[in-house]
Amino acid sequence: MKSRTVSMAKRGFNFETTMWIFTRLSALAMYLFALIGVIGALIMGARTQMNMADLIRWTFMPNPNHVLNTNVADLVPWSTAFWKLTGSAFVFFAASHGLHGVLSVIEDYLTHPGLRKFLRLVVFVILVVMTAIGIYVLWTS
Amino acid sequence: MGLKRNVSLKDGLRYQGKGPMLTYILHRISGLSIVLFVALHILAAFLSQQYSSSAGTFINDIYESWIFQIYIIFCGLFHAINGLRIVILDLWPKLIEYQNEAIWIEWLVFLPIYGMAVFVIIRTALAG
Repeated sequence: MKSRTVSMAKRGFNFETTMWIFTRLSALAMYLFALIGVIGALIMGARTQMNMADLIRWTFMPNPNHVLNTNVADLVPWSTAFWKLTGSAFVFFAASHGLHGVLSVIEDYLTHPGLRKFLRLVVFVILVVMTAIGIYVLWTS
Repeated sequence: MGLKRNVSLKDGLRYQGKGPMLTYILHRISGLSIVLFVALHILAAFLSQQYSSSAGTFINDIYESWIFQIYIIFCGLFHAINGLRIVILDLWPKLIEYQNEAIWIEWLVFLPIYGMAVFVIIRTALAG
């Protein structure tokens, strides 16, 4: 089967296209953040002072509260603004990626217009509030 | 705008799309599971930190159980690897001709990593 591709100029560039490309790019961004987390964990001593579970904890949310039970002697140098910003960006990309995903699923399986609108609003509010709470927890921990 | 569809749910379930369809449906299920898990995880962190609430501990106990861990690592790993395949095929559309091969590679990457993770989880659970 031969694939057909339409050029960007012919396809037009609207909100849905923007969200489509954003979903792909935020996925790549999350890979990058996980990589930054792994490197950070290795620098802080994951090789000898952490087990696998704690390495994954730091990878997916680089927050000293998340790895409190490790043998890393001093976590204070790791609660810097850099890691808080990295964590906040991670939460933001993950939440917006997830939000667009859930909205797509709703669009695909529900046909009733009112129910659709209602669920879109509910999911939107829940995920925005959760993002705000997550970033708040990050910066106050 | 309401959409009219002539396909019932039963026919939808009977649709045999094979490999690509399986990854598509697993991507959806795992994505929704991750959204639910992450939202509850944030909520638990918030409740434990702000109020030292027992509700946070209750949620933590659920996702620290080994059955849940086996499930959520399937979701996370599959979503990540299948997502990478989708990103690569979408950003280089000419590669879509090799979709079936890409899915085979995807499973070849996924199964060993997932098997290893399940092995570690079960070994830890048995050690208590």
